[in-house]
Amino acid sequence: MTLVLNRIDDRLIHGQVVVGWGQPLDVRFIVLVDDAVAASDWEQELYRMGVPPEMEIRFHSAAAAAPLLDDYRLESRAGILLTGDIGTMRALVEHGGVRDVNLGGIHHRAGRTQHLRYVFLTPEEERALRDLAAHGAVVTAQDVPSTRAVPLDELLATREPS
Amino acid sequence: MSDMPKRALVAGHADFAAGLVSAVEQITGQGEQLVPIQVNGLCGDEIQQLLRDSMMKHHVRIIFTDLQAGSCTMAARKVLREIEGGVLVAGTNLPMLLDFVLSSEPDVGVAATTAAERGRASVSVHGAPA
Repeated sequence: MTLVLNRIDDRLIHGQVVVGWGQPLDVRFIVLVDDAVAASDWEQELYRMGVPPEMEIRFHSAAAAAPLLDDYRLESRAGILLTGDIGTMRALVEHGGVRDVNLGGIHHRAGRTQHLRYVFLTPEEERALRDLAAHGAVVTAQDVPSTRAVPLDELLATREPS
Repeated sequence: MSDMPKRALVAGHADFAAGLVSAVEQITGQGEQLVPIQVNGLCGDEIQQLLRDSMMKHHVRIIFTDLQAGSCTMAARKVLREIEGGVLVAGTNLPMLLDFVLSSEPDVGVAATTAAERGRASVSVHGAPA
């Protein structure tokens, strides 16, 4: 097994990640890459309390995570690479080895336009997603496994009324 | 509009909170003690703000949520770090909320803790293979 999902989700650890994807993919570890969480002991403890005992979470800053990803891909168990924003995932993609990116949840915030029920983007974030694709990553939006993976071009062309 | 005092927030995925509060109201007529919180489309920071604002508006310090790993539970944990005496109960079910709204315990934190035990004990399985 390896990193079976590279996900951007601004809620980080939550039901869709731990249960929705975690159970069907038999995920045993999550690599949570977020500079703020990596610097906060209490937030790390909060997220550890949110996952079942058989699931391990490892916390890294973006800079620390990038050189470790090859090792994580050699793990015998299935894992999820998780970032809370597009910029962090872009740093990992630019480092190399991340071939597909799951956009799982970027929620409403001032200045963002709604594309899907669970995807709202600023123009800068749209450009950052195109950068991911330009670096060779296949970017799709899909909140849970039972829904269709929406390709990036279709996602960016879609505007939903907010 | 009822002047029944609010005693707790209920928050979770999709229509979890509204559904449970509706059921509590139908069974006991006490559903207005609970404030259902719907968080579809909100990011984690917005969920925290919504919980914080709702707790202040309704003068409550108890939050019932659905999943241990759910975004409402995560947000509630962060909010309750700032609130003395706040209580979070994750894994909420209907028997738990029924016990809570019918409790005469004046300390809502104690009532929530007792209700959590009642909810945990109310799960049963019938017809399972031996």
